Amino acid sequence: MSGETGGGHKLLEVLDLKVAVDVRDQQFSIIKGVSLSIAPGETLGVVGESGAGKSVFGSAVAGLLEQPIRKTAGEVYLHGNRIDTLAGEELRRLRGASIGMVFQDPLTSLDPLFTIGDQLIETIRTHKSVSHAEAHAHALKLLKETGIPAAERRMNDYPHQFSGGMRQRVVLALALCVDPQLVIADEPTTALDVSVQAQIIRLLGRLCRDHGTSVILITHDMGVIAEACDNVAVMYAGCVVEYGPTREIIRNPRHPYTRGLMASIPPLDKRPDRLQQIDGAMPQVGLDLIGCAFRPRCPSAMARCASEVPQLIGDERRSSACWLEEDNL
Amino acid sequence: MTGFIGLIVHRALQGVLVMLVVALIAFSLFNYVGDPINNMVGEEVGEAYRTELRESLGLNDHPVVQFGRFVGRAVQGEFGVSYRNAIPVSSLIAERLPATLELVAVAAFIALVLGIPAGVFSALYRNRVSAQIVQLLSLIGISLPTFVTGILLIFVFSIWLNILPSFGRGEVVQIGWWTTGFLTASGLQALILPGITLALFQLTLIMRLVRAEMLEVLRADFIRFARARGLTDRAVYFRHAVKNTMVPVITITGLQIGSLIAFAIITETVFQWPGMGLLFIQAVQFVDIPVMSAYLVLIALFFVVINLVVDLLYHVVDPRLSDTVSSAKSGRVA
Amino acid sequence: MSGSRQIGDGARQTTVPGPLRRFWESDLMWSFRHTPYAVVSLTLVMVVFAVALLANWTAPHSPFDLASFNLLDSELPPMWVDGGSATFPLGTDTQGRDILSLIIYGARLSLFVGFASVCFALVVGVSLGLLSGYAGGWVDALIMRTADVKLSFPAILVALLINGVARGFLPPEYHNSIAIPVLIFSIGMSGWVHYARTVRGVVMVERKKEYVQAAHIVGRNGFQVAVLHVLPNTMSPVTVIATINLATAILLESTLSFLGVGVPPTEPSLGTLIKVGSEYMFSGIWWMTVFPSILLVVLVLAVNLFGDWLRDALNPRLK
Repeated sequence: MSGETGGGHKLLEVLDLKVAVDVRDQQFSIIKGVSLSIAPGETLGVVGESGAGKSVFGSAVAGLLEQPIRKTAGEVYLHGNRIDTLAGEELRRLRGASIGMVFQDPLTSLDPLFTIGDQLIETIRTHKSVSHAEAHAHALKLLKETGIPAAERRMNDYPHQFSGGMRQRVVLALALCVDPQLVIADEPTTALDVSVQAQIIRLLGRLCRDHGTSVILITHDMGVIAEACDNVAVMYAGCVVEYGPTREIIRNPRHPYTRGLMASIPPLDKRPDRLQQIDGAMPQVGLDLIGCAFRPRCPSAMARCASEVPQLIGDERRSSACWLEEDNL
Repeated sequence: MTGFIGLIVHRALQGVLVMLVVALIAFSLFNYVGDPINNMVGEEVGEAYRTELRESLGLNDHPVVQFGRFVGRAVQGEFGVSYRNAIPVSSLIAERLPATLELVAVAAFIALVLGIPAGVFSALYRNRVSAQIVQLLSLIGISLPTFVTGILLIFVFSIWLNILPSFGRGEVVQIGWWTTGFLTASGLQALILPGITLALFQLTLIMRLVRAEMLEVLRADFIRFARARGLTDRAVYFRHAVKNTMVPVITITGLQIGSLIAFAIITETVFQWPGMGLLFIQAVQFVDIPVMSAYLVLIALFFVVINLVVDLLYHVVDPRLSDTVSSAKSGRVA
Repeated sequence: MSGSRQIGDGARQTTVPGPLRRFWESDLMWSFRHTPYAVVSLTLVMVVFAVALLANWTAPHSPFDLASFNLLDSELPPMWVDGGSATFPLGTDTQGRDILSLIIYGARLSLFVGFASVCFALVVGVSLGLLSGYAGGWVDALIMRTADVKLSFPAILVALLINGVARGFLPPEYHNSIAIPVLIFSIGMSGWVHYARTVRGVVMVERKKEYVQAAHIVGRNGFQVAVLHVLPNTMSPVTVIATINLATAILLESTLSFLGVGVPPTEPSLGTLIKVGSEYMFSGIWWMTVFPSILLVVLVLAVNLFGDWLRDALNPRLK
């Protein structure tokens, strides 16, 4: 895992993305202004509790938001080209070929009535005009790359004939089969057995390194982040509250929420009497907030926090959305 | 493959069991509802004759023996004689069955050929006005009882416009023991109104079912993943969504088509169509037990067979069901 | 979702609204208030129900009072056609009875039978569902198998059969007086399965939940748990089923009456009226059939519309 990837050409740039949901005649904001960027070949982790908005963020970047959830503001650029305004045929061509996506549950991600060979071949032939035989060969190669034994025979098997881990490998193959530049993986290991999780993460890392693909890895599991990600963005209540290289964030978290997260991971060396936790709960989607969203749970809260929402303070490499940062500058 | 044959055998045995239960009910009807002797002869006949008759018909034998005899005869198609017109039930049935089967075939065809595409259409384009109109029409469709549809059609096409017949089968052609209306112009004409009447309710039911299933399928994760891979709308909708919709639809549609034969009772009454349904309703009104019990057994057979076929079809179409044994063997290697 | 509340320090009061207000502002009522066809159909249903149930007051004439009609008034067309009169707005039948009154009384009978059948089916179905879910084992298997078999036979067949058997068992003199209870029984018996299946499903899910086990520990027996805890959870799907069941029951009753094996001829329901009217259709007396048909279809349509909306509104997954 390389450290920072600084400066230079950005693959993906997200500027001030805002996403909301329409319920009855009101609008509740889910993502309240997120800006992120990724370099080619970089793996970015997006970590946070359930409800923080990270899955929605992933869907928004890939253009997969569905009514009543929609983007209300912001811009997304891929290789300097604006992609959030694409629609119809252009958007369809972008998906799969430029941006691939992997969802949480491999069982429900695959059509149960088609063989995995069929599903691979149709994806390949949708984006590239190749013959059936060529697509078949390409699909086979990819299956072997993902480590599925007896791949030739397995091409004719149906999804239910695979175990969970195998299925996720198939899903990875499907996401990568047309060589996208970016893969968004939304909780790719959550539905898998613990023993299998590590294998899948390592596989994802290896495949993306081999193909030069950037990855946005969305998860609530810090262990996964530590294993696989170059940089990490911590999300809370619809905003990024801390950003930086993974190693630094883990060793030296600056935002009180991140600190709480790190502290709550049980240590391996000794058995604590009580597990540490962050008291309180994340605010529900859509509540209008005055001041910092984390303030009610923050041990270091100041008077200022109740009235002013902190922006990300820091530089391009490392930042934290906390008024405490100002003292560090 | 053995699994499949085992399935057929298992289902067939179940079917036989159901048939036996139905036969029991039919038999009980036959023997114990009212007095068969009273039903067969008039009030004036003397007691001695009755006793003799009872003995000769074997009505004093043990019930199980009688039941066995009943089943034995039923399997050969022998159901006794109708109380109403003293004709053997089996010949009544043979005479009427083709009429009903042809009517049901026409109605099934209409219902499927119009209903399924309409359902798919109203699911895919559900925000268009045309789809919403279709939705409203379908609601009206399931609020129209079959007999009202029939009467309405007669009123418009037979009385007002006078272009289609309102009763009977028209001219029929005899082929062996079968009589068909397909081969004559008047026969075909006579099939139109009753066919539409019988089909309408089922058509709307199928349409609503297909629409509901399809909407459900369109929300599935694999559809989302298909879109995420950049598959065309055509592939997503017509390859993946439709195929997944058809699987549960096949089973229910099969059963619906089976129930057409029951709804034929109403249609035949409205159009005086000389089929099994009309025969049955006359039997119920007259308490003609032999005909009633014969109809019951026949209908039960029909349904058991349809259930069997549909069940097997489901297993063939859905790969998740066909190979449960071999998938466990292929190993679960992470 | 009760809108937005401000958090943060500040002396902002938040008041919790009372139960009636909460119901009015609930998702269900909001969806209702904003769906025009739901409001229309419910209003329609209520108007028709009211008119029908209060037939004694709303019908201009009484079709049962032999003295109130005479043959001189027979076969009059509706009032907007030549020869009609305003005393009989929708015309008269071959005996001189007012069609409007006939269809109002007919609707009342149809509704009565419909409701009674639904109640019967509900009680039988819910009880069997509870029993099946709690008892488990062979009781469950038996009930569910019976349900499966019954479900593969169309309702009309089951109803016809029960009717036929009842006729067979009873001497002809009793046919008329027993007709309506038999009708209610046969329609009810053709519809209990959906309730049973749904309730059983809920029981199976709720049984495993902790609060049920907690109740057991505290000492409540299975029956009490069933009634107090499980039943409330079944109310919403059961309501949807009951609404749709009502529409089917009305259709079934009218079909059976049309076929001559439903309500006795002395008390006509909409189905009987249509049947009698159809015999005179060919002589040009169309109003005897058309008006009962329209009322029947409108009634069932309104119930179906409402049931459709109710099902969508109560479906948690569509939110």
